[in-house]
Amino acid sequence: MRKRRYGHWHGHQAGESGRNNVMANIVQFENVGLRYGLGPDAGPETLSDLSFTLRSGAFYFLTGASGAGKTSLLKLLYLAQRPTRGVIRLFGEDAVVLSRDRLPGFRRRIGVVFQDFRLVPHLSTWDNIALPLRVAGMPEADIEQPVREMLTWVGLGDRADARPATLSGGEQQRVAIARAVIARPEILVADEPTGNVDPDMAERLLHLFESLNKLGTTVVVATHDFHLLGRIPGAQMMRLDRGRLLDPTGSLRYPPTRPE
Amino acid sequence: MMSRATKARSSAERRVLDEAGGLRAMTWVMAIMLFLTMLAAALGLATAGAARLLDRQLAGRLTVQIVDGDPVRRDVAAARVLAALRAMPAVATATPVDRAELTRLLQPWLGSDGADPQLPVPAMIDVDLADHDEAAASRAAATVRRLGSSVRVDRHESWMSPVNDVMRTLTFLALALVLLMASATASVVVLAARAGLQTHRATIAVMHMLGSTDLQVARLFQRRIALDATIGGVGGGVAALLVVAFIGIRLHGLGSDLLGGVTLGGVDWVVLALLPVAFVVLATLAARVTIVRALRHIL
Repeated sequence: MRKRRYGHWHGHQAGESGRNNVMANIVQFENVGLRYGLGPDAGPETLSDLSFTLRSGAFYFLTGASGAGKTSLLKLLYLAQRPTRGVIRLFGEDAVVLSRDRLPGFRRRIGVVFQDFRLVPHLSTWDNIALPLRVAGMPEADIEQPVREMLTWVGLGDRADARPATLSGGEQQRVAIARAVIARPEILVADEPTGNVDPDMAERLLHLFESLNKLGTTVVVATHDFHLLGRIPGAQMMRLDRGRLLDPTGSLRYPPTRPE
Repeated sequence: MMSRATKARSSAERRVLDEAGGLRAMTWVMAIMLFLTMLAAALGLATAGAARLLDRQLAGRLTVQIVDGDPVRRDVAAARVLAALRAMPAVATATPVDRAELTRLLQPWLGSDGADPQLPVPAMIDVDLADHDEAAASRAAATVRRLGSSVRVDRHESWMSPVNDVMRTLTFLALALVLLMASATASVVVLAARAGLQTHRATIAVMHMLGSTDLQVARLFQRRIALDATIGGVGGGVAALLVVAFIGIRLHGLGSDLLGGVTLGGVDWVVLALLPVAFVVLATLAARVTIVRALRHIL
């Protein structure tokens, strides 16, 4: 069984970058299509003929107009949805035929920042952030330090006991991000993570993603905010248009450029 | 003793489903169900005990009648039969029924005429057998019948058998009620668990996305239901035990031989006390199975 690392955040600096380490493919899509509904109720394909690879330790931006299929693509990535056709290889295994019993193990290796945050409403900021560690079975004594560090990192040290309903949209978003990254996932998937925060906080959150990326985490950020695209040196861009990747060869553009 | 860290974790885990109104109602449902179940079980246990007691008592009792129109011959025969009975090893005691007692028993039907010594009333002897089992009673009855043609034997067992049948019917009815209540409780838990799943669908989806297994999610629900069931079970159980004890005291106070047998023994009280535990286990298992089955349909 694979042993997870739950190292603390301090002490890991950019110099320890994992980005330049092994750059194997961590995600591979081959002719993937997704259609919601079944039989006569099935709609048109939301995603069509997606073929691309994501390299371990790389940073990706996923862009596209509203309704282009960004969230659907992310759902396939974080295993909330199975494709209608095609092959998805995740961590070297066929994720399409993965049994239900093995899904939790895979999901613990993926951090997700949902567009609508999806914080557990009855839990405090602290408990929401600690949730992935508790789910993973980490001893309670080992949880306190990483949670405290994460709270400080996202600037919510004084809001540890607050319930989500009492937090602003930006604060909720930061809790969602902290929850997604605290278990040091191998892949971080973020759907519009800076949509509800001011530019300064967006910058800080992006810096957090970059730090995580330098520790070896593959980051995929779906965003409309083109100002962000140039902020991460070396980040690559995937553009979706009506469910299709604009570059059908799968050779993603680098460095990112602002789409026309 | 629970450490601070463990308390923090279990407290946080409880709060994940904190607003589970449907599950909170479980406390009251369990209290009512268990109250009714324990009353039914107490009735069943008490009537079963009474039936057993009646069996033991009646199986070893006979009434011997000496039927003869001539009072002199009747009394001579009665004395002879009494002596023969007392000489039998199978007979523990043989007691002639007092003439005055017979007159008193007949008074409701014959009035003062019942006291007429010329009235051809049979002489009667109450017999207690040494062995109270069915075979010994049959053997003794056959032996007594051979003592003379005027001798009739009434086995108490046969004339009390309708009462015994009613008691056994009550016992089975009570058992059926207990099973029915258990099924109803399990059904309520299943419905509550399904409602809880619906209420917390979004939270469960998040838990799954964070890597929770179905059993981890099910554990949240079963812990909640077990807690509610325990609180309800203790409340309903204590109330039922008080009611049962009160009725027991009242029955005992009646001084009736028959109703006096409708009491609970030590084992019966233990069985009653274990019912809440059984119901909590039943509720917890029902919740677990329901949640795990339902989660199988969610990716």
